[in-house]
Amino acid sequence: MDFTFNEDQTAVLEAVKGFCDEELAPKAQETDEAGAWPAENVRKLAELDLMGIPVPEEYGGLGMDFLTWSAVGEELSRACTTTGAVFGAHLLAVAPIMMFGTEEQRQQLLRPLATGEKIGAFALTEPGAGSDAAAVATKAVLDGDSYVLNGTKIFISNGGEAEIYVIITSTDPTRGARGMTAFVVEKGTPGFEFGKDEKKMGFASLPNRELIFTDCRVPKENVLGRRNAGFLVAMRTLGVGRIGMATGAVGLARAALEAAVPYSHQRHQFGKPISSFQAIQFMVADMATEVDCARLLTWRAAWMKDQNMPFEKEAAMAKLYASEVAMRATTKAVQIFGGYGYTREFPVERYMREAKLFEIVEGTSEVQRGLIANQVLRELNH
Amino acid sequence: MKIVVCIKQVPESTEVQVDPKTNALIREGVKSIVNPVDENAIEAALQLREAHGGKVTAISMGPPQAEEALRQALAMGADEAILLVDNAFRGSDTLATSYTLAAAVRKIGEVDLILCGKQAIDGDTGQVGPGLAERLGMPQVTFAIELEAEDGKLRARRVLDDFFEVLEVKLPAVVTVVKQVNDPRHPGMKNVLKAKRAEVAKWGLDELGAEAKQAGFDGSPTQVIRVWPPEKRSEGKRIEGSAEEVVEELAKVLGEVG
Repeated sequence: MDFTFNEDQTAVLEAVKGFCDEELAPKAQETDEAGAWPAENVRKLAELDLMGIPVPEEYGGLGMDFLTWSAVGEELSRACTTTGAVFGAHLLAVAPIMMFGTEEQRQQLLRPLATGEKIGAFALTEPGAGSDAAAVATKAVLDGDSYVLNGTKIFISNGGEAEIYVIITSTDPTRGARGMTAFVVEKGTPGFEFGKDEKKMGFASLPNRELIFTDCRVPKENVLGRRNAGFLVAMRTLGVGRIGMATGAVGLARAALEAAVPYSHQRHQFGKPISSFQAIQFMVADMATEVDCARLLTWRAAWMKDQNMPFEKEAAMAKLYASEVAMRATTKAVQIFGGYGYTREFPVERYMREAKLFEIVEGTSEVQRGLIANQVLRELNH
Repeated sequence: MKIVVCIKQVPESTEVQVDPKTNALIREGVKSIVNPVDENAIEAALQLREAHGGKVTAISMGPPQAEEALRQALAMGADEAILLVDNAFRGSDTLATSYTLAAAVRKIGEVDLILCGKQAIDGDTGQVGPGLAERLGMPQVTFAIELEAEDGKLRARRVLDDFFEVLEVKLPAVVTVVKQVNDPRHPGMKNVLKAKRAEVAKWGLDELGAEAKQAGFDGSPTQVIRVWPPEKRSEGKRIEGSAEEVVEELAKVLGEVG
């Protein structure tokens, strides 16, 4: 395992850092407070060729690896959590089409996603199907050459703004997980509408919307993967998505650390900067160590994916640990800022609200622990 | 339009240390970047090319590692890059630098416009652009904040201390730009990767057909006697409050100073 970046990766990361520092970070607070889709930032991600980092060049991507995707995603999230979240949610449409798309689907769908001409989203969650992913009730019924979709998805990141949606449906309810099918549905398809946009504790500018399907007719060619193999599409996508969530959490935790340290030097109490007090130093030490650990777990999972090794357990570990690190690091950052940390004058209270999302989304911490335990208990059962 | 942009690689920090013995900047351990206002010159060139078509050539005189600065120009969208590199160019002052750059422009041949940043953040002289114009016998416009080209002419708004000045010059001309002229674009990653693989031409004294005695140390009459960081000024006093309070406090402070 070698995390030394080659020349291409270094050049890309350097260019991305410049963009993040000059364009994203100065407007991050504003971007959140606007409570509106960050259209300009998203357009810039496309202009900078960042929407298709792991997509092969022949489909309009950069043809780089997931490790690079993760390193870039961390920078974006560090500078602007909202933009990082859009970037992460977009991957959830890119990845399954990359993994399961036919040549035609890749040409038609992957290309506009990779160039950022179109934004993607992934929809699994329903009112009755969250941690229990196999309980999907959105039905897809074959009728001639097309399927008819009925049902409702909720909390869908990039919902309403995205053009291309990967939808997990139930095609054979009697077979549970083995009766699910993934579809690609484009915005504007008759019978496909958007409902409620959730008002959330954080990430006010990231849409989490309801998708409503009412007799929505979708051609058979839009099945992604095989019929009744949708659970596999969902699980593989979530596997990659966990690396994505871990990436966002690392970026957020780092933002908290990078806000807290300069403040601890500036803030004087008892005639000294508070950074001279051991209580603060120990918090900084824990934050820095945990951010590093979280990043290493995330990069390992991304690297394993790049090596075509099974990475589900490692991705779950990275997602679990990074999201809990984000929660701890942002809480400590608020503590270091003291009373000011509780005000909206500084970004750390927002970071703390945002961190909570990572412990819930894309499989709660409990689901990750279950997944990890399952595998460890099996592996070590001699 | 055929445009040549002259750029310089500089240390990133504005607080570089000076070697007290050699009077040279200590560059070790300091990241190198494209002189910031030179990025504006590149952007101005790209915008003119987008409006009128043509070609943008970035050139830089410097050590081999200055190639990185030229790759940044290529990543932003310059069509080609030429590094003027030769031991004979070492120790150039602005006179020798403009000599070498002028020789490169002549070798490039037909050129409509030469763009430079108004000055570099390391040397801060602002002399190379005007020097280049003199060497080439071209009209010059310094401190441009707006550029507009049409029919072989260029109209430029200059920003001066107290006023603007609008000049029209016949092309070819040399123009130096200020920071406010535009917002340099961030390069897309495809261009960044392409630029890494692109060829950067390297021209030395021989390729330029230049005279050794006019280049580098030999062509540089400037002697730097001593370089030192400015003395740090003591921190000012900030008076805050309502207008009345501020005035009263200010009067008191001024009274104390005498």
